[in-house]
This record gives sequence, C-alpha cells and structure tokens, in this order.
Amino acid sequence: MRFILPRRITPSSCWAGIPTNAMIRDLWYTLVEFFRTFGAFQLFFLRLLANSPSILLHRFNLVVKQVYNAGALSLVIIMVCGLFVGGVLGLQGYSSLSKFNAEDSVGTFAAFSLLKELGPVITALLFSGRAGTALASEIGLMKATDQLSAMEMMAIDPLRRVLVPRFLGGVISMPLLAVVFSTVGLFGAHIVGVNMLGVDAGAFWSQMQTTLEPKDIYEGIFKSFVFGVVASLFAVWEGYNAIPTAEGVGRATTRTVVISAISVLILDFMITAVFM
Amino acid sequence: MDDVADNVIEIRDLYYSRGQMQIFKGLNISIARGMVTAIMGPSGTGKTTLLRLITRQLIPDRGTILVNGVDIATLNHKELYQLRRQFGMLFQNGALLTDLNVFENVAFPLREHTRLPNRLIRHIVLTKLHAVGLRGAADMQPTQLSGGMARRVALARAMVMDPEILIYDEPFVGLDPISMGVIVRLVRQMNDALGISSILVSHDVQEIATVADCSFLLADGKVAASGSPDELSSTSSELVKQFMHGMADGPVAFHFAAPDYTEQLLGRDSD
Repeated sequence: MRFILPRRITPSSCWAGIPTNAMIRDLWYTLVEFFRTFGAFQLFFLRLLANSPSILLHRFNLVVKQVYNAGALSLVIIMVCGLFVGGVLGLQGYSSLSKFNAEDSVGTFAAFSLLKELGPVITALLFSGRAGTALASEIGLMKATDQLSAMEMMAIDPLRRVLVPRFLGGVISMPLLAVVFSTVGLFGAHIVGVNMLGVDAGAFWSQMQTTLEPKDIYEGIFKSFVFGVVASLFAVWEGYNAIPTAEGVGRATTRTVVISAISVLILDFMITAVFM
Repeated sequence: MDDVADNVIEIRDLYYSRGQMQIFKGLNISIARGMVTAIMGPSGTGKTTLLRLITRQLIPDRGTILVNGVDIATLNHKELYQLRRQFGMLFQNGALLTDLNVFENVAFPLREHTRLPNRLIRHIVLTKLHAVGLRGAADMQPTQLSGGMARRVALARAMVMDPEILIYDEPFVGLDPISMGVIVRLVRQMNDALGISSILVSHDVQEIATVADCSFLLADGKVAASGSPDELSSTSSELVKQFMHGMADGPVAFHFAAPDYTEQLLGRDSD
C-alpha cells in the first residue's frame, strides 16, 4: 500500500521505559494521537484528490449516481427551506427598510443575503444533515458488514469504487443546490415583498440588477464549492473510519454533522474576509 | 505435504499482536495445494485474524507469509491487488453489496476487472448462480435473502473470477441443517471440480470432519495439533480432546481468570 498509516501507538509505547508523571504521559499520548489522526486525514484527502481525475474520466456513471443521491434527493428539503428563508428575508427586509422609506430595496437586500451568505451556508448545513449523514452511515454500514473488506479481497480499491464517487458527487451537488436555494429564496422574497406587501415589482428587480455584481454571485458559488469539499470530505472520512458497530456508525454520523457545521461556519467567515 | 512447492500458502514463525494482546506467537502452517484445509480453534484464538493476515488486510509484527512462493510483505499496492485476484473469499455474513441485486453482486468483479461484453457476463453469472442453485434468485435484493442463500450468492461471487484459492470464514455459523449440508457439499464440489485449494475457518467439528482433508487446531497463538480429522479425534492431547468433544472444562478453562471465589464472596475488603 502506498499510504500505510503509522501503527497506532499505545500510551506505554510512546514512552518506552521512561518513568514519568501519568498526566504528562496522557497529554503526550493525546497529542501524538491528534497528529497521527491529522496526518492520516491529510493523506486520505490527498488520495481522494489523486484518484478523482481518473474516476471523473473513466467512471463518470458512478459519479452521476452519487450526484443523484446527494443532490437530487436533497432538492425537496433545499427548495422548501429556500422558499421560507426567502419569505422571512422579504418580511424582515420590508419591516426594517420601510423605516427608511427604502422598502423598494427589499429585492436587493434579499439577493445580497441569499447569494453571498445564506444560500451557501444554509445549503451546506442542510446538506451535511441530509446527504452528509446518509453518506457517513452508508459507508460505515458497508464497513461494519464487511462490504469494504470484500471489495478489497476482490482486488477492488474501495477508495476508488466507493469513496471517490461519493466525495465527487457531494462536491458537484453543493454549488448546484446552493444556486437552487438562492433562486427559490428570491422567489420567496418576491412572493412576500411584491405579492403580499405591495412592493413595486419593477423596483424589486431593477434595483437588484443595478447593485448586484457578478463578483457577488461568484463569491457565493466559490463558497458553496468549498463547503461541498469540506462537508463531503468529513462525511466520507467519518464513515470510512467509523468503528464497525451499530454504536460506532451512529457516532460517526453525529460527528459528521457537528464537524461539518463548525467547519462551514468558520470557513464562511474566512472566505468572506478574503472577498471583502 | 512437506514439499514447499506443493504448498499454496506457507506461514513461518508468525507473530501478531493487537494492543497488549499477543494473538500469534510463532505460528507455522503449511497449506497444501488442491486440498480442503480447515483451521479450527476456540473463539478468540485469531482464526479470522489469520485469514486477514494471509490476504494482507493486516500486517504481521514478524514472520513471513508466502502465497505461491511469494512473500506477500514485499508486494506493493498494485502487486498486492494482482495477487488478491487469485483469492476468492467468503465472508461470515456474505458481505453482499446492499445497493446491487443478486445478479449484479455476482457480476461485480467481472464488471470491475474485465471488459467482457454484457452477454458473456450474463452467461458466466448465470452459470455460477446455477452452480449454487440460485439462478432463480438473480433479480432479488440481498435483503430479501435468507442467511444461507446470502452465503451461497457470496460463494458464487467468490468463484466468478475463477480463483486459485477459496477462503471461507466461518461458513457454517447460524445455518439450519439443510443449508449447512448444501454449503458443505458445495465446498467439497468446488474444490474438486475446479481444482482449487480451499481454506476453511470454523469451529464446527462435525462439518469439518466430513469436508476437510487436513485440519489445524490453533490454541495459545500456535498450532496445537494438526492432521486429518480422524487423527485429531484419536489424539491423546487433552486440549484437542476437549475441543473435539466439546467439553466445558479442561485446558481451556471454563472460568475466566478471577480472584479466589471464597475470598471474593466472604472477604471484608470488598464492601
């Protein structure tokens, strides 16, 4: 194997023979374990990336299936949430902007919020809850029922056959889902702002058109692409490294959502700062 | 049988530990070509671990494992996968891919490894399914199969690439007597008709006796006894006797290591 993980150490083996304080020893052990896992995670990511081009070129049908699983099957939840988030933006935008007699700008307000922030971020959070957990538990169960070992025994690399297509499926789906979310969200804002609260439809769209720049849209798409990489990566990593028991798979699923959500929000801040 | 060239697998001086537990301590096993070889032992002696070591899903601490004369520790990723094509493995629970139906499960290795036309794949798959008596179940999903059927489908899948060595991990566990009889017959038939070598890990003494040419009994990280089933059952070794006759107490103690019973019950320091 090209990337063989270093052997898991035990608390005793990293201090072979040196008598020392138990607390320091535990701390040292935790530190070594952390770096071991971190290194393994990086190697795992590199292997996914290294195998991606050939899977995209030669086994695109596998990727398409995963785009369907991660993307198409998440469409309903994404659209429903998008519609209501857009509606809320319409309400909130109208009530705050009308204090400055600027309620015509409610379209611009909704567009900026959705395209730059809420679209990518909420899509990523929903994605990790819907598709990320499905990926992690599916892969974890495949591991627990020896399906991954069986593939290895059939001389089929599970990383290429199972993990890479699922990773790519997530990466491709996320920007598409974010675009759908923002579009439906704008539609929701339009229903509330124009149809219910009486904002002028011409003003709603024309203000949006004049103030929005392509850069704003690219920012949102770039964000959702990065979130797609992160959410899918954590999902396949957690699934692949799940302890192969019912409890282990459950825990891996939970961790997927928690880690993805935290990483997405931190990365969102960083990318926004860079784009300012 | 001692001739090395006649051995499909040679294990020499194998050491393996998991955490603090030493599982193998200088294990030596030779598996003869064209035979059904059984590896037996009480639960927890590392029978499945041994299979995973032979197929290099695990890496030993020390010692060598030769498959057809090749030291598997020296192989790189590509060579290892090339070697694994000589193996067919039947997992305890079948390990069928849950997102594919029975036909596609058996066709899976063919589709991944070859560029055969669909008609030929259909031909091969149906032949293999027929051999295990499940041609009629080709369109079923793995979840619809009984335990015995799943194992037979997995056997068809393990054979589909015509391996040289077929490995069975606990093939008899949890089967009703009829399914058990079917699997026992299939193991023997596959071995003789296809001229392959079979390795069988199990603790079902009765079934092993009817199917195996040679058995190894593992205990305490080493081979405790070996020979044909008849030789094993007529041995004088206490451990072998206990295992073969299923006696509750003996060299493998009924009680897990514990402090003295009287002291623990009546001792004052435990309140």
